[in-house]
Amino acid sequence: MTDIAASSFVRQDLVSERAAPVKTTGFVGFVRTRLLNSPTNILLTILGLLLVWYIVVPSIKFLLVDAVWSGNDRTACLAENAGRPVGACWPFIQAKSTQLFYGFYPEAERWRVNLTFALGAVLLLPLLIPRLPAKSVNAGLFFLAFPAVAFFLLHGGGIAGFGVSWVAGLLQLFADSISGAGEAVVGLSKTSAAGPALWAIGSAIVLVGTLLHWVIFPLTWLRDQMLASGQGPWPDFLITAVIVSVILFVLGGGARVGSRPLITCLATFAGIAAVIKLMGLDRGGLPIVDTRLWGGLLVTLVIAITGIVASLPIGVALALGRRSTIPLIRIFSITYIEFWRGVPLITVLFFATYMLPLFLPGNFTVDGLVRALIGVSLFTGAYQAENLRGGLAAVPRGQGEAASALGLSWWKTTSLIVLPQALRHVIPAIVNSFISLFKDTSLVSIVALFDLLGSLRASFADPVWTTPSTAFTGFAFTGIIYFIFCFGMSRYSLFVEHRLNAHRRN
Amino acid sequence: MTDPIVKISGLNKWYGEFHVLRDIDLAVNKGERIVICGPSGSGKSTLIRCINALEEFQEGEIVVDGIELGPNLKHVDAVRREVGMVFQSFNLFPHLTVLDNCTLAPIWVRNIPKKDAEATAMKFLERVKIPHQANKFPGQMSGGQQQRVAIARALTMNPKVMLFDEPTSALDPEMVKEVLDTMVDLAEEGMTMLVVTHEMGFAKEVANRVVFMDAGQIIEANTPKEFFAAPQHARTKLFLSQILR
Repeated sequence: MTDIAASSFVRQDLVSERAAPVKTTGFVGFVRTRLLNSPTNILLTILGLLLVWYIVVPSIKFLLVDAVWSGNDRTACLAENAGRPVGACWPFIQAKSTQLFYGFYPEAERWRVNLTFALGAVLLLPLLIPRLPAKSVNAGLFFLAFPAVAFFLLHGGGIAGFGVSWVAGLLQLFADSISGAGEAVVGLSKTSAAGPALWAIGSAIVLVGTLLHWVIFPLTWLRDQMLASGQGPWPDFLITAVIVSVILFVLGGGARVGSRPLITCLATFAGIAAVIKLMGLDRGGLPIVDTRLWGGLLVTLVIAITGIVASLPIGVALALGRRSTIPLIRIFSITYIEFWRGVPLITVLFFATYMLPLFLPGNFTVDGLVRALIGVSLFTGAYQAENLRGGLAAVPRGQGEAASALGLSWWKTTSLIVLPQALRHVIPAIVNSFISLFKDTSLVSIVALFDLLGSLRASFADPVWTTPSTAFTGFAFTGIIYFIFCFGMSRYSLFVEHRLNAHRRN
Repeated sequence: MTDPIVKISGLNKWYGEFHVLRDIDLAVNKGERIVICGPSGSGKSTLIRCINALEEFQEGEIVVDGIELGPNLKHVDAVRREVGMVFQSFNLFPHLTVLDNCTLAPIWVRNIPKKDAEATAMKFLERVKIPHQANKFPGQMSGGQQQRVAIARALTMNPKVMLFDEPTSALDPEMVKEVLDTMVDLAEEGMTMLVVTHEMGFAKEVANRVVFMDAGQIIEANTPKEFFAAPQHARTKLFLSQILR
């Protein structure tokens, strides 16, 4: 023993390492120090065991032990026929599985749904695994090409024109609505007290509309010529490809930056052409399956994935907008966020489904599913914006200053320095919103869309399968499906968080 | 005599109603090393932050290497490309490795191919004596190492002028020396430097001129020898008597 009370002390022999006392490590140590180390903990341990006994055991008994595994109708799942207590009625799920997965999607066309999901999985999985190469091509295919392909696969139909026709169509709609507004004002002038003034304003607006029609006339003329040529979308496709390539070439810096961007652009168009040819889009495409026939897990996934993919860019734009120094952008962002956060999703869906058509021009209809998609995306976008704002606020001001001092523009500073750090801060919050969005998709059943849960409830109506355990079985099954997706997202977010925050580990 | 590389004339700046910089005139010749000192709140940092337009100003003009920076802050980007800056709190990008920190600006601002940018970055990391840490993240390094990376990062852009905003104030005493040594090396290579610092030893050893500021104005500017041996203004004398014990 050294005399540590002495005012001067010099250690002579260094203390060598010893093993820890047995009772503090291993299983025994764990039980002693974590489960039974205080009266409160002993109580909590007992409560935990009781919880397992009363919840986990009956669940397993219901789902597996007492479950009925085969049968053709309700009689198999009745206790008096089985001669024992009956748990889950799995034949019911088996009989209704197509309805739960596809809704009323025609049986002959279901391969299209399977193909879409297979394609999505094939593109998504390598995107999620960091080690695999070619992330930018992969991301481009998944986020840009896949939605278009998925649309034509799931919905069907072909294309009559391409870029030029679409631009012409949009511009024409714009010009038409201006002329329409002008005519409406002129119409008002006949009954109003301020007649002449209104008439002058209305005529001016009509004049603007007419002028616009003249301005875009070359485009519309070109479109009509191409439509009349009977070559399908191909002339339009070629012209669009040439125009886009030339614009890219000129804006990208011409020959100075080399031919790489041009080659990428042309390869993209070649890919689009291949897809058009392969799916026969130029010849009408696949038979159209109206979205009213879609249902089940298909609808749930379409809404959830669209919502997840669309809400993040909306959120980023709004979060940046809310911090903007330009008052108009800031006020717009704040108004948008506060509006959407202040309204329940059900109201948004009702509004999108039943009231939006009243505001759109008469000949302009939007598909019911698309309306729900837009509603869900805009709604979740507002939440994502607030999540991201927290992340942006957590990035020190010096980061932006350092980037500016190096000569990076605002856009590059934001996209290379500020946003990557902000996103890392709020991964848990963002995934939280994704998970909540995934489960909120079940709300679309109130606007006559049959998602997974809606299809399930519809299938309860079938008298062939009414048994005491049908409802429990159905909810247990859908619950498991929801849980698998949500738990998957949750675990993946932990993985991403761990990986991206490598810099915070010392 | 060639034109000064940095010329500040009639610079005035207000934060709202508060007049932080008053009639600043300062010319820095090529290769000159200027140390700016003064009590806190005297506007030293604000002054050098005006030179690369991190702060805007309301009156006056700053010319950097012939590029004019007026109150409307035109040519901000051109000026920033010529001026490197090192901050008190390093401000390395924590989500990027040391090497990526040093190649980001050359790649995205000067459009230099990645390979060349990495070669240049390694050259500068060797100069600040941390090439073997190139693949670490800033959070895994000591403060002194981080500050040396920050210096290397600024140098990769080939600046004509380097600004240092209290580069050693956030460091442990043991690490101050390694950063100051790097700065001395840089000075010996002929870099034009404007340094805000309280390291009077550095000022004596390296500076061509010491500028003393108080209440937003330049009180006294002189060679270090004269400045420390025979300060003229009463405020300077008081300041020096406070810090030199």
